[in-house]
Amino acid sequence: MSTTENMNPTIDPAAGLKAHAWRDTPDVRGHFGPYGGRFVAETLMAPLDELATAYAEAQQDPAFKAKLDADMADFVGRPTPIYHAERLSKKAGGAQIWFKREDLNHTGAHKINNCIGQAMLAVRMGKTRIIAETGAGQHGVATATVAARLGLTCVVFMGSEDMRRQATNVYRMRLLGAEVRPVESGSKTLKDAMNEALRDWVANVDNTFYIIGTVAGPAPYPAMVRDFQAVIGRESRRQMLERSGKLPDALVACVGGGSNAIGLFYPFLDDESVKIYGVEAGGDGIESGRHAAPLSAGVSGVLHGNRTYLMQDDNGQIMGTHSVSAGLDYPGVGPEHAWLKDIGRAEYVSVTDQEALAAFHECTRIEGVIPALETAHAVAYAQRLAATMSPEQSILLNLSGRGDKDMGSVAEAAGETL
Amino acid sequence: MNASTPSADNRLTQRFAQLRKAGRTALIPYLTAGDPYPDATVDFMHTLVAAGADVIELGVPFTDPMADGPVIQAACERALVHGTSLRDVITMVARFREDDAETPVVLMGYYNPIDRLGLESFADKAQTAGVDGVLIVDLTAEEAPEVVPSLAAANLSPVCLIAPTTGEARIKLICENAGGYIYYVSFKGVTGAASLDTDALAGQIEPIRRATDLPIGVGFGVRTPDNAAAVADVADGVVVGSVLVGQIAAHLNDVGAAQSALSKTLGAMRAAIDTQDSSRKAGQKQEGEHA
Repeated sequence: MSTTENMNPTIDPAAGLKAHAWRDTPDVRGHFGPYGGRFVAETLMAPLDELATAYAEAQQDPAFKAKLDADMADFVGRPTPIYHAERLSKKAGGAQIWFKREDLNHTGAHKINNCIGQAMLAVRMGKTRIIAETGAGQHGVATATVAARLGLTCVVFMGSEDMRRQATNVYRMRLLGAEVRPVESGSKTLKDAMNEALRDWVANVDNTFYIIGTVAGPAPYPAMVRDFQAVIGRESRRQMLERSGKLPDALVACVGGGSNAIGLFYPFLDDESVKIYGVEAGGDGIESGRHAAPLSAGVSGVLHGNRTYLMQDDNGQIMGTHSVSAGLDYPGVGPEHAWLKDIGRAEYVSVTDQEALAAFHECTRIEGVIPALETAHAVAYAQRLAATMSPEQSILLNLSGRGDKDMGSVAEAAGETL
Repeated sequence: MNASTPSADNRLTQRFAQLRKAGRTALIPYLTAGDPYPDATVDFMHTLVAAGADVIELGVPFTDPMADGPVIQAACERALVHGTSLRDVITMVARFREDDAETPVVLMGYYNPIDRLGLESFADKAQTAGVDGVLIVDLTAEEAPEVVPSLAAANLSPVCLIAPTTGEARIKLICENAGGYIYYVSFKGVTGAASLDTDALAGQIEPIRRATDLPIGVGFGVRTPDNAAAVADVADGVVVGSVLVGQIAAHLNDVGAAQSALSKTLGAMRAAIDTQDSSRKAGQKQEGEHA
């Protein structure tokens, strides 16, 4: 996994990628600059090595790529279109805003891109049991979906608090044949679900494959998940060139763990004219302390197998997070984002719950596209950014998921009941 | 040890040298510091020593103890209700040292609280307080070279984990950076999850013996005096954690009763280990006479 070629078997050379410093990341030990790496209990080192080897081999296997591409087309519905949000652009009064329509994927978000890749790897490795963590339930649903498709046993760990908030997704996972196991420890949310999944994996390494849902965790997960999600950036880079004859001037994506964002950003890293913005969950506002924005307000630390920016207190205890969107409600972030922030290639900003909700309603009403609440953070920032740019310029926004799952939260925020 | 890393000479290394000379097996109890409240911990440590502890592993509470089972998770949560920090735990060791200058203490926990305090600052404070070893559960051999020199400079032994999934090449790599003792995790799972398979243990320890002269302690799953004796038959140390922490959980409103329970549980293990050690010595003596 040391070379660029190995990491990116499906990158189209015609897309114009060139060698660059950040293409050498991660290093052989999974480090992005000082971030990433492997910080896990010793029992997991052997399965992680096994995974890294299997992934490197799969990348060299044309049959693996062909099968992945076929499923991406026929099962997921790729390529997803890009869409010129003309009315939203006009309203913002500046740059043209384009959506990359990941909401049109099967299961309603980008999550499935990664799940299919990892599940195919699990089958290749002879694993018969899949485990996953989930917050809002989108990654859990995507995992349960591919497990059903491939006939694998599936256990999804979900904080009991999140299960209550996302009851429909829990039911959906059960319909798909997955066991949803409530997590009662700690804050009973996504980070605790991830702890529990890691504990399960330690105890069941022989037959179990852990499908991590974001670009975090011990190496090789951050780079592997990025590679599976980079289809978003590869497609949209080509599509923008075809449709508008030039690259976008800016990319915008929401960042929780950061998988949809890195999927969009990665194939554009060498395009120095393209500015990159990751949008974190500002909750009640960064100054309130009630948010989920480790890149904006956190410090470096070690959690869930990797070094990254974390929301933590002075004693190194992980802090509770807050966001209106459960999918961004995580105290860490993928290590590659931490690195892109430090080297200045990407800029990370935040959007509050209120701003995200306003953008949710506006996007829904004037574009007829109901974004996920996570995605609505990116919409809000794209509107703000567009207003500072000229009409000849363009912003490519990753419309990472649809908002069907959020009807309850949105109604609750508006003081209504369904 | 690496050539660049000086071996520690502290209570921990001295204690194991004494035990080895005497043909005795170390009894190594674990407690989560600050459980059920910070003032109880030092008293518990003295209780453990009185009941036969040779080394104490003192757990540093963490919000996300991903390698621990429900018993130690709950202990961490109880300790964190009182805000027990790494600084507080170091202070507890200093207080313990006021009355016990002999018993080695190993801090066991996760890397983030150490990272936040600052590695150098942590090592310095820990050494000053009288800590002898540090076991960082989520610090892999790959990341350890950036941490171990700072521990070594403060005469702290870097205790390392080896698991049933660890292959021979990794065993060597781990042993290069390890000090004090090797902590062999007896099964694939989290702390306190299952009983250990003592029959398989000897074979599992064999490759570690080939790789290092360090003493080998075995933990995860030692629940009964019989377990302890069986481990003592093949290993140099017996680590007992969840069973003791469970005693504290069972007596949350009565620290005196918790102390009695700790004393009784650990004392029974001590007796079983001593019996095992004696019979082994007798066996060896007999073998010697026959030869």
